[in-house]
Amino acid sequence: MNAFKKAGNATNVFARSWANFVIKYKWPVLLAALILAIGLGSKGNMEFDGDYHVFFSKSNPELEAFDALQDKYTKDDNVIIVLSPSNGNIFTKENLTAIEELTAESWNTPYSSRVDAVTNFQHTSAVGDDLYVDDLSYESSLKTDAEILEIKEKALKEPLLVNRILNEKGSITAINITVRLPGIDLNEIPGEVTPFVRNMISDFKEKYPNFEVHTSGLIPMNTAFFESSMNDMGLTMIMLIIVIITTFILTRNIWSTLATLIVVLLSIMSAIGFVGLMGIKLTPPSSVFPTMILTLAVADSIHILVTMLQKMRKEGLNKVDALKEAMRLNFMPVFITSLTTVIGFLTMNFGDVPPFWDLGNITAFGMGMAFLYSTTALPALMAILPVKSKVKKEDTKVRKEWYASLGNFVVKQPVRLTIISLLVIGGLTYLASKNTFNDEFVNYFDETVAFRTDTDYIRNNLTGIYNIEYSIGSGESGGINNPEYLKSLNAFENWLNEQPEVIHVNAFSEVARRVNRSMHGDNESFYRVPDNRDEAAQYLLLYELSLPFGLDLNNQINVDKSETRVTVTLDNITSADMIAFSKKGEDWLKNNTPEAMHAIGVSPTLMFSKLGFRQAESMLTGNIIALILISLVLMLALKNFKLGLLSIIPNVTPVLVGFGIWALYKAQINTGMVIVFGMTLGIIVDDTVHFMSKFLRARRELGYDAKQAVVYAFETVGKALVTTTIVLLAGFAVLSTSSFALNSYMARITVIIILSALIIDFILLPSLLILTSKKEAVAVKNIKTTQVAFDK
Amino acid sequence: MKKIVFILIVLITLGIQAQTSEELGLQIAKAAEQADLGFNSSTVNLKMTLKNKNGQTSERSLTTKTLELTDDGDKSLIVFNSPKDVKGTSTLTFTHKVGSDDQWLFLPSIKRVKRISSNNKSGPFVGSEFAYEDLSSQEVEKYTYKFIEEKGSLVVVEQDPVDPKSGYTRRLVTYNKDKGYRFEKVEFYDRKNALLKTLIYSNYKIYKNKFWRAATFTMKNHQSNKETILEFSDYNFDIDLSEEDFTQVALKRIGS
Repeated sequence: MNAFKKAGNATNVFARSWANFVIKYKWPVLLAALILAIGLGSKGNMEFDGDYHVFFSKSNPELEAFDALQDKYTKDDNVIIVLSPSNGNIFTKENLTAIEELTAESWNTPYSSRVDAVTNFQHTSAVGDDLYVDDLSYESSLKTDAEILEIKEKALKEPLLVNRILNEKGSITAINITVRLPGIDLNEIPGEVTPFVRNMISDFKEKYPNFEVHTSGLIPMNTAFFESSMNDMGLTMIMLIIVIITTFILTRNIWSTLATLIVVLLSIMSAIGFVGLMGIKLTPPSSVFPTMILTLAVADSIHILVTMLQKMRKEGLNKVDALKEAMRLNFMPVFITSLTTVIGFLTMNFGDVPPFWDLGNITAFGMGMAFLYSTTALPALMAILPVKSKVKKEDTKVRKEWYASLGNFVVKQPVRLTIISLLVIGGLTYLASKNTFNDEFVNYFDETVAFRTDTDYIRNNLTGIYNIEYSIGSGESGGINNPEYLKSLNAFENWLNEQPEVIHVNAFSEVARRVNRSMHGDNESFYRVPDNRDEAAQYLLLYELSLPFGLDLNNQINVDKSETRVTVTLDNITSADMIAFSKKGEDWLKNNTPEAMHAIGVSPTLMFSKLGFRQAESMLTGNIIALILISLVLMLALKNFKLGLLSIIPNVTPVLVGFGIWALYKAQINTGMVIVFGMTLGIIVDDTVHFMSKFLRARRELGYDAKQAVVYAFETVGKALVTTTIVLLAGFAVLSTSSFALNSYMARITVIIILSALIIDFILLPSLLILTSKKEAVAVKNIKTTQVAFDK
Repeated sequence: MKKIVFILIVLITLGIQAQTSEELGLQIAKAAEQADLGFNSSTVNLKMTLKNKNGQTSERSLTTKTLELTDDGDKSLIVFNSPKDVKGTSTLTFTHKVGSDDQWLFLPSIKRVKRISSNNKSGPFVGSEFAYEDLSSQEVEKYTYKFIEEKGSLVVVEQDPVDPKSGYTRRLVTYNKDKGYRFEKVEFYDRKNALLKTLIYSNYKIYKNKFWRAATFTMKNHQSNKETILEFSDYNFDIDLSEEDFTQVALKRIGS
């Protein structure tokens, strides 16, 4: 204990000389801070990356498997344009002409490699010994009514079209543009593909106003990610205004508001420099860093400024003395709380989702810088600025009494309050276990985002947007023509089609059946896979020779003709069901096909489904480490092992309460929420630190008993805790308006957790402090220590 | 008045130049055709190697017979020797100077000849980076031309396909005018006018003192990063084939 006291003394001395130094050299210090911030800021470079790949770490096995699949066949990023004519019939001369026109224009999309539509579907037919493979509807404007009726009949019978490109009624159709991005420039999608597609659609709508148009696909998703990053960046301005107002209300001083503003802006500038230096590309989760830093950094300044102004107003100290005193009293608490926040954010690195590594690292850096500026630029500025304050009769007496009576209320019934609290917490903890993971990527966006509503329209009216792909091998070169392989593949296709959640299956066995039928004069009884390998191979050769540019089978068959790709489109299902379905498919292959055909299911949607689980698993270690580290910091700061241990209760329970309330609210957790434990721990621990240190000071220095010490803590620190909580709540409330669910859900649960933390620190913590102190003799009572550094 | 005359002169000069660049282009294409005239018929063996982005390869081997015709496009017959399951499969093609080509395929597994609707010739040839239209006989009438530039002995001409179903908007062909106007390089631009593929001709040999034939064609797809290499061997210009060798009956005979 002695060593700690000495350390406490040392920090006290250090804080005092630091304050003296900063005030003495206010101009050089301010200048140095400015140069540092501008220097860092000049390295700043904010680039946004909307590619969904950013959510997956390089070592993510699902991503590896998916990339391997795309390397084998083709890399498919796509735009789906869904057309709903007002007359409810695709098959009219006018509508087909319009679709044909838009299809032709779609080929001009930058980086497009393939365009699939109902009109350019390669229909296979036989006339005598001639094989015809041709567009289903070419030059539609010249077709007769009878021909169009024939086209309609063919289209609605075509398994490759129905529920994928066409709905069963023939009233809605899609054009699917496959885009092959070089992936060299971040601007490929936001700067080239998206503007082109948007222009094309708006021109189309102008010419054909009878069509309703919706767009979805991986490219629009990418754009939505990109645009939501930009929007969330925009929240920074709102938060900045809130910071100005809050600081002004709390300090009632224009100069200190200005100083705070400068400190937070310098912190953000430095963080932007960090982004540039580290080459970080911003993504929706990481683009909220300015708001985060604003929210968290402003607390540092407020603590120092409120103390300084109080010393001037209440105790009549002059500016410099008040400033020195504020620095001395706050240096340690600001340091400790910054440290715990930094630790909390750094734990995000334990997760498996790179955008959160970035968020954690940028915010941690920004918080480190905020601490630096709050203890250098801030006092220097306050020393320079003409801050005047009259000694006022404070009206805070009333409020102080309010906190005191809250304290008295708690002190009277610690046992009852503890039991009630623990029951409530226990109940909510039980509820917390009822939350389920759901990372349906469409739900990442709320209904204000067009991508979300368009995608919802498509999945409700045309096809599913969740898919799983299996690359099914034959074990030998050219083996996909082996009848054994084709039969097993066909059986797999049939089995998939029987599953209730399946909307569409695209398998090579369908091509084999179709060509076989055409080779036998369109005889339906030959709509089955060929029985002979040479036949199958030669039919395939013939069929491939007949396909036009961009509509080949390379997206379905590998170069060696040893593997084919099966794409299953699924109905709206949850992440857990999706994972289960993928597994079911894998198991079916294991049980019913030779070993070479065993495959694992992959797809972007499946990757997102697994993301939350993976993140939770990997964050577990991070959270435990954060808890241990932060508890250690607390033990050192409080110089008390027992209280450090006790602090775990008010630090951990708010998260349990938060998730318990969440279960009543949404009951679905996404990847963004997994990080909140570590993050909020670093933030809410401040409340505990402040409350416990005041409690300890009263016990050690003033010789109060536990009950008196609790009331004292309420009186001295109650207001500060409420005000910082309000600032934090405001910041996260701003973030909770994000249209991006990873951010808004994370912010919403953080609001609940921070609020719960304050309540727990006001109800459960003091009760526990009283109960645990009872057994202990009043031995500590008379130990005189020098002033603990946590005072105000 | 003077002004108008001046503008007229400028316009006429420009017009002449524009015409000249098109005429010049056509002239070069015709010169190339002329230079290759009179080979009558040839056979050659061909090894096709397909490479994907990761360097995985797949091979096919074929034999090609060509019969030169002057009043219409050339006739050709391609026989697949491997992979094993398509061995003996053969295609017979009559290229036409104007209109769609005719094409038949013989399938040894069912011993039948099937006619292929040849509206589609822009798709990949047996999964390779070559489209059928890249491999078929290069008739002058199939393109319109525009002279682009001349660098030493190399001449670059833009060729725009006449067929609306072609996969390309244009090709940039580099001829070597000192070596019988042989092709050195072709760059293919897709429908959105983005560079799609580059074909490089190498290891040229001259046959019968007149006919330049490249032993290696390397086609690189810039968008998919896939590559196909054609290696020609055993050129034979003395085979002396006739029209009878290019009929459906001959097709059946050759395959089985």
